[in-house]
Amino acid sequence: MPGQRGPVPVPLHNGSRDLTLDILEALEENDPFQTQSQFPETPQAEIKAALDRLASRSMVEYDTQDREIVVLTAEGQQIADEGSHEYKVWKAVKASGKLSIKELPQKVAAESAKVGQGNAFKLKWIKKDGDSLVPIADSVQDVTRELLEHVATNAAFPDPKQLKDYQKRKLVATQKQIAYKVRKGPRWAKEIPVEVTDLTAEMLEDGSWQTANFKPYNFKALGANQNSGALHPLNKVREEFRKIFFNWDFIEMPTARFVDSGFWNFDALFVPQQHPARDLQDTFYVSDPPSSGPPGPDPIADAALDEMEADSATFSTSTSKSSKLDYAKYASDVRAVHETGAFGSIGYRYPYNEAETTRLVLRTHTTAVSTYCLHRLAANPRPARYFSIDRVFRNETVDATHLAEFHQIEGVIADYGLTLGGLMDFLASFFKKLGITNLRFKPAYNPYTEPSMEVFGFHAGLDKWVEIGNSGMFRPEMLLPMGLPEDLRVYGFGLSLERPTMIKYGVSNIRELLGHKVDLGFIESNAAVRLDKD
Amino acid sequence: MPTISVDKHALYKALGKEYTRDEFDELCFEFGIELDDDTTGQEEPPQLKIEIPANRYDMLCFEGIAMNLNVFLGRQAMPQYRLSRPKDGKLLEVTVKPETQQVRQYFSCAILRGVKFDEARYQSFISLQDKLHQNLARQRSLVAIGTHDLDTLKGPFTYEALPPEQIKFAPLNQTKEMNAKEMMEFFEKDLQLRKYLPIIRDKPVYPIIYDANRTVLSMPPIINSNHSKITLKTRDVFIDITATDKTKLEIVNHILVAMFSMYCAEPFTIEPVKIISPHNNESRETPDLSPRATTVSSSFINSICGLTLSRDEISALLTKMCHSSRPSKTSDDLLDIDIPITRADVLHQADIMEDAAIAYGFNNLPRHFPSVSHGVAAALPINKLADIVRLEAAMAGWTEVMPLILCSHDENYAWLNKADDNKAVRLQNPKTAEYQIVRTSLLPGLLKTIRENRKHAVPMKIFEVSDIGVKDEKLERRSRNVRHFAAAWYGKSSGFEQVHGLLDRVMLMLRSAVITRDDELKKGEMTGYFIEEVEDSTYLAGHVAAIYLQLKGQSAVKIGIFGILHPKVLKHFDLPFPTSTLELNLENFM
Repeated sequence: MPGQRGPVPVPLHNGSRDLTLDILEALEENDPFQTQSQFPETPQAEIKAALDRLASRSMVEYDTQDREIVVLTAEGQQIADEGSHEYKVWKAVKASGKLSIKELPQKVAAESAKVGQGNAFKLKWIKKDGDSLVPIADSVQDVTRELLEHVATNAAFPDPKQLKDYQKRKLVATQKQIAYKVRKGPRWAKEIPVEVTDLTAEMLEDGSWQTANFKPYNFKALGANQNSGALHPLNKVREEFRKIFFNWDFIEMPTARFVDSGFWNFDALFVPQQHPARDLQDTFYVSDPPSSGPPGPDPIADAALDEMEADSATFSTSTSKSSKLDYAKYASDVRAVHETGAFGSIGYRYPYNEAETTRLVLRTHTTAVSTYCLHRLAANPRPARYFSIDRVFRNETVDATHLAEFHQIEGVIADYGLTLGGLMDFLASFFKKLGITNLRFKPAYNPYTEPSMEVFGFHAGLDKWVEIGNSGMFRPEMLLPMGLPEDLRVYGFGLSLERPTMIKYGVSNIRELLGHKVDLGFIESNAAVRLDKD
Repeated sequence: MPTISVDKHALYKALGKEYTRDEFDELCFEFGIELDDDTTGQEEPPQLKIEIPANRYDMLCFEGIAMNLNVFLGRQAMPQYRLSRPKDGKLLEVTVKPETQQVRQYFSCAILRGVKFDEARYQSFISLQDKLHQNLARQRSLVAIGTHDLDTLKGPFTYEALPPEQIKFAPLNQTKEMNAKEMMEFFEKDLQLRKYLPIIRDKPVYPIIYDANRTVLSMPPIINSNHSKITLKTRDVFIDITATDKTKLEIVNHILVAMFSMYCAEPFTIEPVKIISPHNNESRETPDLSPRATTVSSSFINSICGLTLSRDEISALLTKMCHSSRPSKTSDDLLDIDIPITRADVLHQADIMEDAAIAYGFNNLPRHFPSVSHGVAAALPINKLADIVRLEAAMAGWTEVMPLILCSHDENYAWLNKADDNKAVRLQNPKTAEYQIVRTSLLPGLLKTIRENRKHAVPMKIFEVSDIGVKDEKLERRSRNVRHFAAAWYGKSSGFEQVHGLLDRVMLMLRSAVITRDDELKKGEMTGYFIEEVEDSTYLAGHVAAIYLQLKGQSAVKIGIFGILHPKVLKHFDLPFPTSTLELNLENFM
C-alpha cells in the first residue's frame, strides 16, 4: 500500500469517547496517576490500547501493575449499605424495648433474624427474656459494616489476615486487576500532534518533511506482499544441474521426443528383447501410431546438434572428415550382437524379433537419446560430453515414491583412455557441487554398462549411505555396432531430478513435487536453490 | 532385481564366520549384492534378504550365494563340475518328437545321483526353480523345469506333443487323473498356475513327457505329474527342461546342476542323458559341463582399471570371481580363461574386466580423471527459448507449475469441449485411466492444478512451458514433441485482460511487435503478431481470439489462442470461478 498523500491526522479513537485525550488531560493534572483510580470504569483493554498509542509516540510512559483486589459480594455490599445482620437485630430490639422472638423476622429480614440473633447474643448486645429479646447495650459499634466500607473504598482489608474469614462468610471475593501507573514521557504534549504515515514527493518539494511528525513504523509486522511470480522448485534444481554441466563443457541433448522406438530405447542399448524392463508391466507401449519407421536420422535433433556443436568444431583437432552414417548397417549390427554375437561378444543368442524394434514406447529413459547422439558421433569420432534433463515414463503403480513420470538427469562423456577410477573422480567432483563429498561405489548390473556402479553418498542428516545415482561405462556391444572406435570409451551416469530434490527439501511424497497436486503455496514460498550451500 | 531369502545362521556357518550386520553389509557392497533386510527378532530362524543382480542366475539360491562369497573370500576353490557316466556306460535316452516344434521345441535334461535332501535343501531346490522360472525364464514362457524321482520311472523317455484330449494323468499333489483340457480348467482356479496357462492353452498340441511305460513325467510349462514327484527321500533326481529359447535352456540346466550336484553322493558330478532329436539337429548329450574357453587382454583390463597388474596378478583376481585363467603361451598380453558354466552373464571381455575390478575393489581403484576432451558447452536451442518465456512469465508475476504429460482422453478432449482430432499419441497398456494419451494441450494440466489448489487465495496465476505430443506420419517415431507455453488466470472475474497482457508482455520480450495496421500486415514486411476473434468451443463465444505470428517476408501463421473458458469446461474441471487461458506454440520463434 502506498502512503497516503499529505500529512493527515491519525484518528486516535473509536466511537464517541476519546480516551487518549482523557488520559492526557488527567496527566496534565496528576503526574503520575494510577489508571484504576483515575478511570475505574474503563475496561482495561481500552486503557491499554490508548496508552500504547501514546507510548509509541513517547508522549507517555507507563508501568504495568498486576495486583489482587478485594471486592464485595452482593451480600457484602448490602451490609456495607445497611449494616450487619446483628446490628439490624439489635436496632429492632432496641426500638421495641422488648421484642418477641417470633416477631423478629417480621421486623428484620428472615436471613438477618437467623444469623444476626446469634451474633448479637455473642456480642452481648441483646439477651433473652422468656420468649422475648431485650437490649443490653445502649449503643454498639458495627465492626463488620465498617470493615466492608473500608474494603469498598480501598479494595483491601486494613489487616490482610481478615480476608480469609470474610471470604468464608461469602461477603468478599478477590479479583485480578491490571492497572497502569502513567507518567509523562520525553515527548510529552497535551495534544496529539498531526502525524503523517509516509514520506511523499510533495513533502520533499515543500520541505514539510523537516517538521513533519511521522507516524511510528511497526517494525514487528511483515512488509508488503510482493505478489511475485515463482519458478517451480524442480525446475530451479534442474537449472542448477544444467549450470554444473555447462561449466564442464557439456552439450545439452535434443530430448524433445517422448515417443521412441524399441530399437532406440532398448535394442541399441543391448537390452535383450526378453528383459523384464520391456514388459507391459514396466513400459508404456503406444497403440496409436502403431509402429515406428526403420532407424534413421532425426532432422530435428540433427539441426539442434549441428547448431550446438558448431563452437566445439573450432577446437577439434580431428582432421578426419565426417563419414556418412549407415543406419541400415547399424540396425543389422545391433541385431547381430543380440542374436549371434559380434564385436567380441558372444551375444545373448536368442531369436531377435524385428517387430520389437519398431514397437513404439514412451521412452523409459533419456538414454535413448544419448544412444542417438553417440551413434551420430561415430560419423566423426571425437571426445564429447553430452547431458540431458527431461521427462521419462514408467508404467509404475503410483505411490509416495513412484510416479508414472519423472525427470532423468543423464551425463555422457566420450573420450580416449578413460578409466573406471576416472569416472569415480568425475562423479566425486560432480556430487561435490551438490554438497555431497563422501562417495562409495557398488558393483551393479545394467544391461548397457559394464562395469556398472551404483553411486552412494553419505547423508549426514539421515546418518546413512544413500544411493544417489547410477553410472558405468557403456558396453562394447552398444558402442561398437555404432561404428565408434574401440579405444573411444564412454561414461554414462544418471540420477533422477526428483530424488535429490526430495531429500534436499524433506519432501516425502513425490506427488507433492511433480504433477497437478503440488501445492501452489509450496512453489511460491520455496527458497532459491543453492545446491552447494545448504 | 530378485531378492533371495536365506537362513542367516546357515549362511554364516557356510561362510565360517559370524558376521555383524555392518560387516556382512560391507561384504555384500564390495561384491555387488545388497543386504536388504535381516529379520533377526522378527522370525525364527532369522533370514537375510539379499538382492541379487538380475543377470547372476548363479546366486538365486542359498548354495550359489554361499559358494560365490566363499570363492570371493578365498575360502573355497571353484568346484570342478564333471560328468559321471553310469557303470554300464548306457545313458538314459530321451527321444524328442518333431511335433514338439509346434509348441515348445527345445529339450534338455540331467540326472543327479544319490542326492541327500533335507528340509532346507529341498526347499532351496524348489525355490531356485521358482526364481529361475520368474526371472530368466520369463514366467516359464521361455524355459520350464520339471524335477522327478527317477526311481519311480523307467527309461527311455519321450518328449512329445499331443492334442490335449489325449493327455491324461494326475497332476502334482492331485490323486485324480484328468485330461489336459480338464486340467487347464482345473488350474484356472489356481492363483499360482493360472498365469502360465496362456502359454500353451490355444496350441493344437500340448508338450508332454512320458517314460517307457507311458507314465507322464510332466506337461511343461504347466505341471509335473504326481507320480514322479520328488520327496525328502528321493535319491536320484531327473531334471527335465523344455524351452522356446535354446540358450536359456542350457543356462537353466547349468545353474540347476551346478547348484545341487554338491549334494550328490559324489559331489559335483552329474550323469548325462542322451537326447535323440534329429529333426532339429539337437541330438546330443546333456548337460555339457565344459567351461567356455576364451581370452582376455591384460592391457585392456589394466587400461580401464587404471592399473599395471601382471597377468598372474590378474589371474589371481579372476580366481576370486570363479574364473580359471593363466597367461597365454602365444601372446604377451592375453590371458587364457575358462568361464565356468555358472557364469552365463559373461558375454564379452568387458565382463571379465569388471570381475577383475570387483575383485580388486572398485573403491580401491586409483581415481584420476584423465580427460583430454575439450568441447564447448551449449544449451539446447528450444530450451533457451523456453527459458526466456519461463523467466518473463515469472517476472510478470505468474507461478510456474509442472503437471503431468500423460492424461486421460476426456481431460484432453471432452472436458475442453473438443472433438477428438486424432492427433494424440495413445497408450496401449496404462494401469489407470489417468494415463491414456500424451497431452496435445497444456490446458488440462493447468486446470487440474487449479482444481487441486482451490483453497489457495484468488486470483491464481499459473503457467507452464513444456512439451505436448502429436502424431506425425512423416517422422521415424511417427510423432513429435511441440514446445508450448500456456497460462491460466483463475479468480472472481474472468482475467481476460490479464492473459492478454501476459501475451503482450511475452511477445514484446520475443521482439514481436503488435501489428494493427492492415496495410503493413498485407505487405508482410513486418515481424509481429496480431489477434483475431475466432470461434472455439473451449471458450466463451465472443471472448476468444486466435494469435497469429507473422515473420518478415512470410505469411502469418496461427500459433495460439486465448480467451475466457466456456462455463461447461469450468464445470468439467470442477472450477467455481471464471478462468481465462492462453496457449501458444513456441516452435515458430526458433
